[in-house]
Amino acid sequence: MATITPLFAPEQGTISANKEAASASLESLLAIRFFEEAVDGLFARGLMHGTMHLSIGQEAVATGVCAALRKTDYITSTHRGHSHCIAKGADLTRMMAELLAKQTGYCRGRGGSMHIADVETGNLGANGIVAGGIPIAAGAALAQKMQGRDNVVVSFFGDGATNEGAFHEALNLAAVWDLPVVFVCENNKYGMSFSTTKSMKVEKISERAAAYGLPGVTVDGNDVDAVFEVAKEAVERARVGGGPTLIECLTYRHKGHSKSDKNLYRTKEEIEFWKTKDPVGIFETRVIESGQLTAEEVEQLTQKVRDAVRLAIQEATQAPDSDPAELLSSVFRQVS
Amino acid sequence: MTERIITYAEAIREAIGQAMEADESVFMLGEDIGVYGGAFGVSGDLYHRFGEERVRDTPISELGIVGAAVGAALVGMKPIVEIQFSDFTAQAMDQIVNQAAKIHFMLGGELSVPMVLRAPSGSGTGAAAQHSQSLESWFAHVPGLKVVLPSSPADAKGLLLSALDDPNPVIVLEHKLLYKTSGHVPEEMYRTPIGVSNVVRNGTDLTIVATGVMVSRSVEAAEQLASAGIEACVIDVRTLSPLDMDPINASIAETGRLMLVQEAPKHVGFMAEVAARVSEGPAIYSLTEPVLRLCGMDVPIPYAPQLEKSVVPQLDDIVEGAKNLVRGV
Repeated sequence: MATITPLFAPEQGTISANKEAASASLESLLAIRFFEEAVDGLFARGLMHGTMHLSIGQEAVATGVCAALRKTDYITSTHRGHSHCIAKGADLTRMMAELLAKQTGYCRGRGGSMHIADVETGNLGANGIVAGGIPIAAGAALAQKMQGRDNVVVSFFGDGATNEGAFHEALNLAAVWDLPVVFVCENNKYGMSFSTTKSMKVEKISERAAAYGLPGVTVDGNDVDAVFEVAKEAVERARVGGGPTLIECLTYRHKGHSKSDKNLYRTKEEIEFWKTKDPVGIFETRVIESGQLTAEEVEQLTQKVRDAVRLAIQEATQAPDSDPAELLSSVFRQVS
Repeated sequence: MTERIITYAEAIREAIGQAMEADESVFMLGEDIGVYGGAFGVSGDLYHRFGEERVRDTPISELGIVGAAVGAALVGMKPIVEIQFSDFTAQAMDQIVNQAAKIHFMLGGELSVPMVLRAPSGSGTGAAAQHSQSLESWFAHVPGLKVVLPSSPADAKGLLLSALDDPNPVIVLEHKLLYKTSGHVPEEMYRTPIGVSNVVRNGTDLTIVATGVMVSRSVEAAEQLASAGIEACVIDVRTLSPLDMDPINASIAETGRLMLVQEAPKHVGFMAEVAARVSEGPAIYSLTEPVLRLCGMDVPIPYAPQLEKSVVPQLDDIVEGAKNLVRGV
C-alpha cells in the first residue's frame, strides 16, 4: 500500500496560506506527476501494455477540487483519470497494479487505466466513454438527496464531453432537480486532436451553464488556489441544497492524448508556453515564497512522494497476474 | 377461494407498489409516469400513493434518465426506470450497454448496478417503425445484462419482483398488447425466478418455444392443433439472459420436432441462439425434422394494420407452421 496525505480544506483562506493544506496539496500534485511519469516510463520500456491518457500538466484541477471535498463525497472521472483517483486518496499500489495487469489492481486487471474505481474513497469510476460519467454523477447526487445525506458529487470531464448529449441531459436533470453535484470541466483545449476553437462556438464552456439555469465559472486550472476557491464555493452551495455549478478549468496536457499521439495538431511553441505555466512549479514557488514551506521541506516532500511511487511499483510488480479463471463468474454479482 | 384476476399492467403496478412499501430505496423514474400515470397506464396511481420524489417524472432525456438510475444504483438506491417505448432505449444505449452492463465486471467487482429498466416492446398498435420494435436480442447479446420478457400477468409481477431483488441490471421488456390482458395473480409478494424457462403446455408431437406475446398466441394455436389431433408442448423462455435450455431439450427428446416463434425479425434474432444451442447438444439427435423458425419479417414494422399483421407471426401462421412440421411438409 502506498498512499499520500489526504487533501483537506483549510477552515479559512486559500490552500497555500495554510501550511498543512499546502503540504498535502503539494503531495497530491507531485504524486500525480510522479505516478504518471513512472507510468510513461514503464510504457516506454514495454513493461506496460494497452494505452493510457496522462494528465501531466492538469494536476491542479483534481487537487484543487478534491481539497474541497470530504472523504464521503463522490467523484466520477474520465479516461484521463489518474489525477482524480490520486487526489481523492487512492492507493498508488493498487492503481499501479491495475495498470500492470495484476490481480491486486483496483479492477483485478479487468479495467486498466480507464476504469479505476475506488469505493473506499468515493471514486465511482473512471470512464472510457466521453461524458459517460456525467449522468451517473447526477444519479449519485439524486441518491444523496433522496437518502437525506449531505454528500456532494463531483463529475470531472473534458472539454470534448461538453459537446455530447449526455452532458446536456445530465446538467438539465441536475438543474431541474437541484442536485448536489458540481460539474468540473477540464478544458485542455483539445478533444483528442480537435481544438475547442473548432468544436464549439462559445468562447467559454462555462457559458453553457446558462442554458440550464446554472451558475458557470471559468478559472485558471493550473492554479490550485484558484481552483480550490471556486470549487469550495460550488461544493458548499451544493451541500446546502443550492444546486449544481459548472466550473471550467483552463488547463493543458503536456503529453499527447494517448500513447498513439504524434502531436500533429499542436505547435511546439504552444506546448512550451504551457510548460511555463506548470501547475506543480507554480504552486511550489508560491508556497516557498509565501514562507509556508521551506525549500528543504519541499525537497523532503518530493522525496517522500518519489518513494511512495517507487514502493507502488515494487509492490505492484511483485503481485500475482490477474486470473482468467474467475472471468465468467464475475460478469454478474451473485444473487445472495 | 376464487382466483384473483387482474391485468398485466395492474400486476406490474402491484409489484412496484409492494416493492416500494417494503423497501425505501426503491423508486421509479421515467417520462410521464407521475400525474399522467404512464403512457400505457402502468404507474397509474403510484404517484398519488408514493409522491413525486419516488415516482419521479423526468424530462424527455432517456440517456440522462438511465445514467441517473445507474448513478443512484451505485450508491444504494434501487431505481426502476420506465422507458416509454423500448425503441427509445436506443437513445440511452451508452448508459445501458457501456455503463450499467459493464460496471460490476470492469471495475473489479466492488460496485454493482441494481437497476431495473422496464420498457414496452412489440408491435400491434399501429404505432409504426419507431414505436413497435422487439429489440430483446440487442440486450441479450451484451454480457452483464439480464433480460426478461414476461408473457403473463403472473410472470409480469413475479419476474419484476425478482428483478428488484437482483443486484445486477435487469431489462424487463413488457409487451404492449399484453397490458390489458388478464390472468390470475396472487396478492402476496412472490418471485418468479430469473433463469428458468416455463413449460406452459405439455404435448408430445412438437415443441413450440416462444417469447412475449407469441407465448399466448402459441398456446391458442396449440388448442386449435389439439382439436386436429396434434399435441404441442409450449415453452416460454421468459428470461433470455440467462437462458434455461433444460425444459426445451427435454421436450425435444419427446417430440422430435422444434418450432421457434418470435415477433422480432428473423435475422440474428434470439431464436437463432435457441436453435444453435439445440444443435450443439444431444437434443439435435432427437430431431426428426429440420428446426422451423417462425419470426418477424426482416423489415421495419409498418403502419397500415394489414401490413403490420403481415410482418409478424399470427395465430394462423403458428397453426399452419405446426401442422406442416408435424406432417413433414
